[in-house]
Amino acid sequence: MATTVQALRMALHVGETKLGVTDIFGQDVGPPLGGVFTATQGLRTTWNTPLDERGIVGAAIGLALAGQKPVAEIQFCDYVFNTIDLLKLAGNTLWSSHGDWNVPMVLMTPVGAGIHGSLYHSHSFDASATRIAGWKILMPSNPRDTYGLMLSAIQDPNPVMVLVPKALMRAKAAGPEEMIPGEPEDARALGRMIDAPIGDREGWEPEWPDTALEFVPIGVARTVRTGEHVTAVTYGRMVGVTRRAAELLADEGIDVEVLDLRTLHPYDWPAIRQSVAKTGRAVFINEDTEITNFGEHLIRRCVEELWGELRCAPLLEAGKHLPGVGLAETLENVSVPGLDSVLRALRRSAAQPDRAPSHARRGGLSFTWTGEGAHGAPDAVDRALRHR
Amino acid sequence: MADVSHSSPSAFPTATASAPRARIEPLPSETLLRLHERMVEARCLEERLIRMQRGGDGYFWIGGPGEEAFNVSLGMLTKRGEGIDHDYLHLHYRSSATMLALGADPVDALRQMKSVAADPYSGGRNFCGHYSIRKWNVAPITSPIEVQYAIAIGTATAQKRGGGDAITIVQGGDAGTAEGDFASCLVWASRPGFELPMLIIVTHNGWGISTNAGEQHGEKHIADRGRGFGMRAATIDGNDVESAYRGLEEAMGYVRRERKPFLLEVYVSRLYGHSSSSGSNFVESETDCISELERKLEARGLRSAEACATLRAGFDERLLEAAKMVKHEPMPEPETAFDHVFTERDLVGERARRVPHDNRVWRAPACVHPTAKSVKSGETH
Repeated sequence: MATTVQALRMALHVGETKLGVTDIFGQDVGPPLGGVFTATQGLRTTWNTPLDERGIVGAAIGLALAGQKPVAEIQFCDYVFNTIDLLKLAGNTLWSSHGDWNVPMVLMTPVGAGIHGSLYHSHSFDASATRIAGWKILMPSNPRDTYGLMLSAIQDPNPVMVLVPKALMRAKAAGPEEMIPGEPEDARALGRMIDAPIGDREGWEPEWPDTALEFVPIGVARTVRTGEHVTAVTYGRMVGVTRRAAELLADEGIDVEVLDLRTLHPYDWPAIRQSVAKTGRAVFINEDTEITNFGEHLIRRCVEELWGELRCAPLLEAGKHLPGVGLAETLENVSVPGLDSVLRALRRSAAQPDRAPSHARRGGLSFTWTGEGAHGAPDAVDRALRHR
Repeated sequence: MADVSHSSPSAFPTATASAPRARIEPLPSETLLRLHERMVEARCLEERLIRMQRGGDGYFWIGGPGEEAFNVSLGMLTKRGEGIDHDYLHLHYRSSATMLALGADPVDALRQMKSVAADPYSGGRNFCGHYSIRKWNVAPITSPIEVQYAIAIGTATAQKRGGGDAITIVQGGDAGTAEGDFASCLVWASRPGFELPMLIIVTHNGWGISTNAGEQHGEKHIADRGRGFGMRAATIDGNDVESAYRGLEEAMGYVRRERKPFLLEVYVSRLYGHSSSSGSNFVESETDCISELERKLEARGLRSAEACATLRAGFDERLLEAAKMVKHEPMPEPETAFDHVFTERDLVGERARRVPHDNRVWRAPACVHPTAKSVKSGETH
């Protein structure tokens, strides 16, 4: 049973042996270290670079233009910000050249808080990334999706960014459905096969398991949990947190549907629409800072396109708009969402009064809830409170 | 050509005036005449583009009048084609003359100025002078003045592994060398054991928009920066076409043969200012490489002043007629703005040559840091 970082490593191995990856590179990516999280140990095409993010992204663009298949790593997304105009360039090259040049590169970078990383190892990049047009933005929440999304990223002829929640690097599959087809069930057995030994690694060769070529399609969300009362739309590290919150809220009678977006762009609007139309209540959960947060875009679209179906204001549970994530646990916890704040947001959504009466007063429009029984179920808030 | 490592380079900013020139082997007459034709055509193109912009047939002009001697030489010496077995060109927005020397149709440059649908370089999306031709390895030219120095690392890396004699050529101006990407380029091009086959060109016109280079740059020559990286470097007079051509020949030959970088600083003029935003008026005080060449042609009996005037009039006439034609070509349809955001096809990868490499066999390099025990005890490292 692989961890996220082992899943990444196995995907890169498949990439360089079956999908044409020519270069996997970045700071400390090559031997002897194989990545600060060990994501690139034992691979063939890895190499170390100068400590220069702009050089790394520039080199990836150039390799891609030369018809190679590069996977570049920025060691922490906190250090990707000085490459933004190069990322813009990778995203606009196909468009600016009127379809003459594509840039088939993958950029992977660990993101988010949760490892006590203070200001420069806790940042999120998803909101910024979604503002760079021409890129596909992927963000897995478990080992199987990490593996399958990375394979899809490699195969895609466009620039693709894989944002890997760093706090999940050592997290294993939550259940058999999150395991990679073909990987050994025994985590220790897998470790013996593909983890580099401590100390002298000369002569060490990984023994790669024969994992399936299972692509997780870009642009397709996953319903982690079905529910009737509130839709939680999330991705990355917050998927596990939201799932746990949903389990706890089930005891309170609040039935939460959890959507893992997996792809932030192009995102799975049909999946969001279907779920939000069903529940009429939506909470968007991610750990990037709240002002011009990606969840805000999704809220805007829900309001514009699903106004008739919404029972109450959609909510955003995101990081606070602060210049950094503080090192002390108390500071970090108040800066980024956690189980408590996600529980509060979901409860708040469930407890909001149904906006139907005011709606009816204004125009006497008939207002039919989607997903309700023929005789109309009690409002979600009643159902929630009844079981307390 | 003045090799900065051991000879006195030409003076800045007007290289032709006081430069102690290295002896340049004269070019064959045919080459000189071909260079002259493309240089004149490129100048006429720039002047037509300036007139189009002034006449409302374009929003903005930027280009390279004054750089023709060097830029035409560059285009003529480039190994043109697609893929890692041909030269990659990471140029900037003053490179029209290079494009004409490669064989581009000047009418297409007018189309880009007029931002019509038939603009082959950007479909009406980008400024004039922002070329892009995949079949000739001309990477899309962008408005940022430095990014090409970072991107060139990638094509040169693929070519280093690919072997052969094809190289990566990257060109920018003196002002752009203040950006970090230029430093990135120098560092990455000279990694020990993996030096890149890259010709790093700086066309030094002495200006960054309105700011004089002398106010901002303490280094005597930008080419001097190559020395710290063990890189061959030289300055040349870009206003003298034979100096430019011969200098390029030598620098390119070195990169092709040795598979190592060469930093070439070229002193050029900026004859119509920065862009249309600064008026695009002719600057009388700067040396004109075409006038210089025409004096030489006449002195050598290769082309008379009259023949030169006729040549220029011919290009002028043709470009004027072309501009009239382009004026009536359709604009891009609004819905085409949504084309080419993503592609289903790997255009660059379909026929690309990829060279396998295996980095698993790795040995720790000997530590050469001054605090290593072996160094401290006086052992060799």
